[in-house]
Amino acid sequence: MSNQQPMTMAQKILAAHTGREHLAVGELVDVNVDMVLANDITAPIAINEFARLGVDRVFDQERIALVPDHFAPNKDIKSAEQCKQMREFAHEYGIVNYFEVGRMGIEHALLPQEGLVLPGEVVVGADSHTCTYGAVGAFATGMGSTDIAVAMATGRIWMRVPETLKIVYVGERQPWVGGKDLILHTIGLIGVDGARYQAIEFTGPAIADLSMDNRLTMANMAIEAGAKAGMFPPDDITEAFVRSRAQRPYRTVGPDSGAEYARTIEIDVSQIEPTVSFPHLPSNARPLSQVGHVTIDQSVIGSCTNGRWEDLQQAAEILKGRQVHGGVRCIIIPGTQEIYLQAVRAGLAEIFVQAGAVFSTPTCGPCLGGYMGILAAGERCVSTTNRNFVGRMGHVDSEVYLAGPAVAAASAVLGYIGGPDQLPEADA
Amino acid sequence: MSIRGRVWKYGDNVDTDAIIPARYLNTTSEQELASHAMEDWDATFAANVQPGDIIVAGKNFGCGSSREHAPVALKASGISCVVAENFARIFFRNSINIGLPILECPEAAQATEAGQTLEVDLAEGTIRNMDTGETYSAVPYPEFMLALIEAGGLIEYTRRQLQTEG
Ligand code: SF4
Repeated sequence: MSNQQPMTMAQKILAAHTGREHLAVGELVDVNVDMVLANDITAPIAINEFARLGVDRVFDQERIALVPDHFAPNKDIKSAEQCKQMREFAHEYGIVNYFEVGRMGIEHALLPQEGLVLPGEVVVGADSHTCTYGAVGAFATGMGSTDIAVAMATGRIWMRVPETLKIVYVGERQPWVGGKDLILHTIGLIGVDGARYQAIEFTGPAIADLSMDNRLTMANMAIEAGAKAGMFPPDDITEAFVRSRAQRPYRTVGPDSGAEYARTIEIDVSQIEPTVSFPHLPSNARPLSQVGHVTIDQSVIGSCTNGRWEDLQQAAEILKGRQVHGGVRCIIIPGTQEIYLQAVRAGLAEIFVQAGAVFSTPTCGPCLGGYMGILAAGERCVSTTNRNFVGRMGHVDSEVYLAGPAVAAASAVLGYIGGPDQLPEADA
Repeated sequence: MSIRGRVWKYGDNVDTDAIIPARYLNTTSEQELASHAMEDWDATFAANVQPGDIIVAGKNFGCGSSREHAPVALKASGISCVVAENFARIFFRNSINIGLPILECPEAAQATEAGQTLEVDLAEGTIRNMDTGETYSAVPYPEFMLALIEAGGLIEYTRRQLQTEG
């Protein structure tokens, strides 16, 4: 037992990756990374910058993941050119984890599924939702393309050791309240800059039994509170999830008891209803009972936030034997090919199509206003995605309401924003 | 190095979809990105911005996605500097990495109005409002970041490092 100061999860993971015994909050350090990620939007700039570094190889061909997911399958000629540039780079430099269309998924659904991001690791990605991997106990953070170019070349990146915000969830969850509702409520409470520059540790008895899919949803939106990373200290659920998938040995790291936190907040989940965030900030969160009558034109169920197996299962449970409202386009997008296949085998695909919904191959598509569900002026969409900024999903005068899959599916049937309890009985 | 420019003033939480909407991320052309800068937030910006102009904004400027296209679009549009109460983390990194000067200064951000002229001394970290005569001090950069800025960004800094490591 050393007599050094106890550390948070962020401090401990970063210390292990700088060869230091102890790191203090605020230190600027050069960190070794375990995995580096980029996609069809951010890789092109990273590749151009990489070329300027004057190196002739990447730091490790197995520790770079390149995923064409944002505008792929290619939505137009320019997108095709960007995907081509990434594909050629992957080929030229022997990148093992390049995932072609047909094998790919939305990056943050794909990498945990493939066991490429593991507990105790440091992961950097040219995508802000890289923080998703905190669900499996990694210190994972989003950066820009230039940072990623340097990480691809050197396997190192500079970082400031962040303070940590500890959130303790207590109480009993209400029916239909999942990870999405918890995180929307949390962001509503602390604001879109409530954890700016900080790491978050998600803890407490109310989330001890929360499934990995729901944890991934919560960690995914840590960035929506401005956080650098959002982590679940590893437990049995983590272990059960990663054991069979891990492609490398790993070492779990949790916080020391007695670690110092910038702030600790306690949230009583028994007070949380299914939650909806109104335009145009994720922090405009309201309990479902206070939403009022908001009619919708579109419902999107998918994305790196809620395109996983349990999300689709929940949507299917609600859509089974029911019909999507005549005035609504319901678009359901699985996060990965594996989830897609699972949905086909388990009969979910049939439920969706019979309900009158679109069921597509994995892609980010509508989440960032790319394609596959762009909104016209004045249109409203309820969406399981993570951002509802002005113009995020299409026209500058369109609106996005964020919710979990239960509310998004129920709303698709109702034609207005509502929960499963408001639905009439389904046909048998 | 001293910068002088006319002010575009915006509020809190200017997000990266506001700075450059995702629908334009199918290109890395700086000029094309610049032509759509701030489009959904301020349709007059791209057509009227002059080389040297300065953006002044509230809290959490650049929140949202990691797209480096955001600071690239502003820089290519002619913006010489962004002054804000504070910045979102990734936007801050990206701006330093690509050489777009950004300064954190709540006092200047709150007191400055659209159309005024600011003179910014990057080395000193001072911001002078030429219309009111007021001078403000920005939060200084850590030493490491000054080294990055001096080298001309992260790529050049790393390239030199790799050379000395042999
Ligand atoms: S699904 Fe949306 S938020 Fe997630 S990586 Fe794709 S564009 Fe980004």
